[in-house]
Amino acid sequence: MSTSKTFKLDGKTISFNDGDTIMDAALRAGEYIPHLCHNPEFTPHGSCRVCIVDVNGRQVSACTQPAMAGSEVDNASDNIMRQRRELLQMLFVEGNHICPACEKSGACQLQAVAYYTNMLSPHFTHFFPRRTVDASHPDTAIDFDRCILCELCVRASRDVDHKNVFAIDGRGINSHLVVNSPTGKLGDSSFAASDKAAHVCPVGAILPKHTGYDKPIGDRLYDRQPVSIVGDVAAHEQEQEH
Amino acid sequence: MSIDTYIDEITAATRNRPDYLLQNLYEIQYQYSYVSDQAIKLLAEKLALSESFIVGVIGFYSFLHTTPRGRFDILISDSITDHMLGSRGLLDTLCNKLGVALGQPRADGRVTVDTTSCTGMCEQGPAMLVNGWTVTRLDQNRIEQIVELIEADTAVEEWPQEFLTVDDNIQRRDILLSDNSNAGDALKALIEQGDEAILQQIESSGLRGRGGAGFRTGMKWRFCKQADADQHYVVCNADEGEPGTFKDRVLLNSYADKVFEGMTLCAGIIGATKGYVYLRAEYRYLRAPLEQVLRKRRETGLLGTDILGKQGFNFDIEIHMGAGAYICGEESSLIESLEGKRGIPRIRPPFPVTHGYLNKPTVVNNVETFMAAALIAVHGANWFGSVGTEESSGTKLLSISGDCERPGIYEYPFGASMQHILQDCGATDAQAVQVAGAAGATLPAAEFNRCIAFEDVATGGSFMVFNQHRDMLDMVRNFAHFFVHESCGFCTPCRVGCSLMKDLVDKVYTGHAGQYDLDEMHKIGELMLKSSHCGLGTTAPNPMLDTLNKFPQIYNERLKHSSYEPSFDLDAALQDARDITGRDDAGAHIGTES
Ligand SMILES: Cc1cc2nc3c(=O)[nH]c(=O)nc-3n(C[C@H](O)[C@H](O)[C@H](O)COP(=O)(O)O)c2cc1C
Ligand code: SF4
Ligand code: SF4
Repeated sequence: MSTSKTFKLDGKTISFNDGDTIMDAALRAGEYIPHLCHNPEFTPHGSCRVCIVDVNGRQVSACTQPAMAGSEVDNASDNIMRQRRELLQMLFVEGNHICPACEKSGACQLQAVAYYTNMLSPHFTHFFPRRTVDASHPDTAIDFDRCILCELCVRASRDVDHKNVFAIDGRGINSHLVVNSPTGKLGDSSFAASDKAAHVCPVGAILPKHTGYDKPIGDRLYDRQPVSIVGDVAAHEQEQEH
Repeated sequence: MSIDTYIDEITAATRNRPDYLLQNLYEIQYQYSYVSDQAIKLLAEKLALSESFIVGVIGFYSFLHTTPRGRFDILISDSITDHMLGSRGLLDTLCNKLGVALGQPRADGRVTVDTTSCTGMCEQGPAMLVNGWTVTRLDQNRIEQIVELIEADTAVEEWPQEFLTVDDNIQRRDILLSDNSNAGDALKALIEQGDEAILQQIESSGLRGRGGAGFRTGMKWRFCKQADADQHYVVCNADEGEPGTFKDRVLLNSYADKVFEGMTLCAGIIGATKGYVYLRAEYRYLRAPLEQVLRKRRETGLLGTDILGKQGFNFDIEIHMGAGAYICGEESSLIESLEGKRGIPRIRPPFPVTHGYLNKPTVVNNVETFMAAALIAVHGANWFGSVGTEESSGTKLLSISGDCERPGIYEYPFGASMQHILQDCGATDAQAVQVAGAAGATLPAAEFNRCIAFEDVATGGSFMVFNQHRDMLDMVRNFAHFFVHESCGFCTPCRVGCSLMKDLVDKVYTGHAGQYDLDEMHKIGELMLKSSHCGLGTTAPNPMLDTLNKFPQIYNERLKHSSYEPSFDLDAALQDARDITGRDDAGAHIGTES
């Protein structure tokens, strides 16, 4: 593989390999491009759109766009940051995100990326959807209020656990996560807390039970350093638990 | 027959292939009026799929249900042109006379009434579907007769023939619609002149895709031909979901041979042995006649093995049904749907020409494109290229509906002006034309000198006329609701943005909006068009942005004078509290009137 190929990310020269996306190359170079549905362990998805960048005047999602030699990628202009902020605001009003009452607060990637983009309020009118909590499983709970439809749990359960515990049902604004079991409850599915799918949720939707507030607020992953430095919450799963 | 045996039979007929899931679901839906838990379980076993995956597929398509519908499942077409012909009043009459609430099966299980996106009968509407069969030209009288037929439990197949008749309504013919070549002529040309010569004809004819995007057809076929793989596929996009478009319906009804000829020609050139027609569920009535044409082509050596006696020229065509999803007209969603999945647009690149159906190189073209290609093979590139404009050669079929005396199909050379077209169809007091459907362009009278062409006003064929008495905000609202219903929900800006936009348009409509809300529409619209994953999201804000710009009065005349209006009504929010306390005095209200 050749590594002589390069593009510019906000003026910095980034080299890439054949087959790399802009995100792959940036991550390898230690450059941060905000994202939610992307996790380098899984096939790119491109749904949250938070990683939009401007490539030679065209906006694309960095996680799906093949890197192109000689291109100029804008990852930090006011225009791009404003759009990311608006996308995050959309995600906040679409679900029910009551951060002060959420166990994931401080270690939530949605919250952390919102801080990073200087989001100060959800701005748009709240949808206040009626969603439920599924506490049927002995070790893991799902609060659907906080699901942002990133499909990381779907991908993990399908591609790594080979269990297909999760799927998306509905269309459009009615799209929602469903559990594969006779009752639709997690407790009646083949899900286990040791599954990969239990460790990929970027928000407080899939949460371990019995560990509430082990780590005090103020000491959590994004409390001391921004997401641009410490990266994805999923990559810190191990230390979170111990 | 028990459901077990039924599902055994239909899955066996499709060789238990999981990519035929959607086709199996379609059959079950029309057999039982829904897909029961039992059916899902059996399918999951047969096709080795998870039950929640199947549930997710059912939940994606509007025409599939997991709870029983009425034995007569009625869907009234809810496009703006149906509204203009009075469909909303007829819907009320129908619900009242049948004693049903919208979307709820009647207690005796006999009937459900609901609305659906444009059914493609715009020039002979208002229209509806009953158990998937099209009924046109609804009026009070016809609705009353339909109520009687339902109460008498008369099967739809036995309803008066004129109810189920769909006319072509061709009003203007040009080189395509007046062509009188015979079935097989294009394939004979292919065999005589060879693949390369015919492909060059298609390239030099300048033919561009008729589905809307206008990609050069010859170039697409060449890319696909060059893609190295053990199998290639030809797919005809007959999803025709753009509100106001119905020309593919007419081509499939009266020119199917030429469409299939174009597909077979493409197969011969790119080296495909298998083709699919993806037919929207709304055109269920076309399926049997199309199968009949396919059978005849097989009998006469125009499909099958050694086509027209040429050794190794093997190709056959299968019809796949959609199930109510506009997004499946987008070519990569269409391919996902052909594979039996939820119709979520794929990440591109790679493009279908290299990684399409089952990841093999695939040509997806519109119905009209295939027909044009077949005729170019017969008559040559010059015959085609001598008509039209520099950038847009040939002709375009327009589906004209709305406020005009002679709605129907008009074939024009590219370059025809709005003025000219409006005159021909008898639109004497047009206020605006909506070209290219819900996501298209709204043209006020000042732009009637513009032309139909890729370099001016591009269109897949939808042309809706609005007279001086129409309120253009009704159109905007209809489209805003359409996009909420049809967004696939995959990406944030479109999934959430369509709903926010719809709420803002409704806020304007009910007289609760201020200037701030219009600014919000601009902002959300811009975000959607810049950051969405596919063409639906990047064009869905067009009707709002276009009318905000060109018809500002329809917004301004409804605005509150203050710049900011809350998005909810404080007094209405107190209703629950009033109900609980039983109070309704002045003190239990917050003054909202100014
Ligand atoms: C939301 C959306 C809906 C579409 N619907 C249709 C359709 O109903 N029919 C069609 O031919 N093309 C439709 N297209 C365009 C297709 O993606 C594709 O470009 C076309 O089928 C290619 O064929 P052509 O080159 O012959 O036009 C749609 C595109 C989008 C983004
Ligand atoms: S539960 Fe978490 S991981 Fe799964 S789709 Fe929702 S947000 Fe993503
Ligand atoms: S733009 Fe809309 S239709 Fe297209 S992928 Fe996004 S949500 Fe789906």
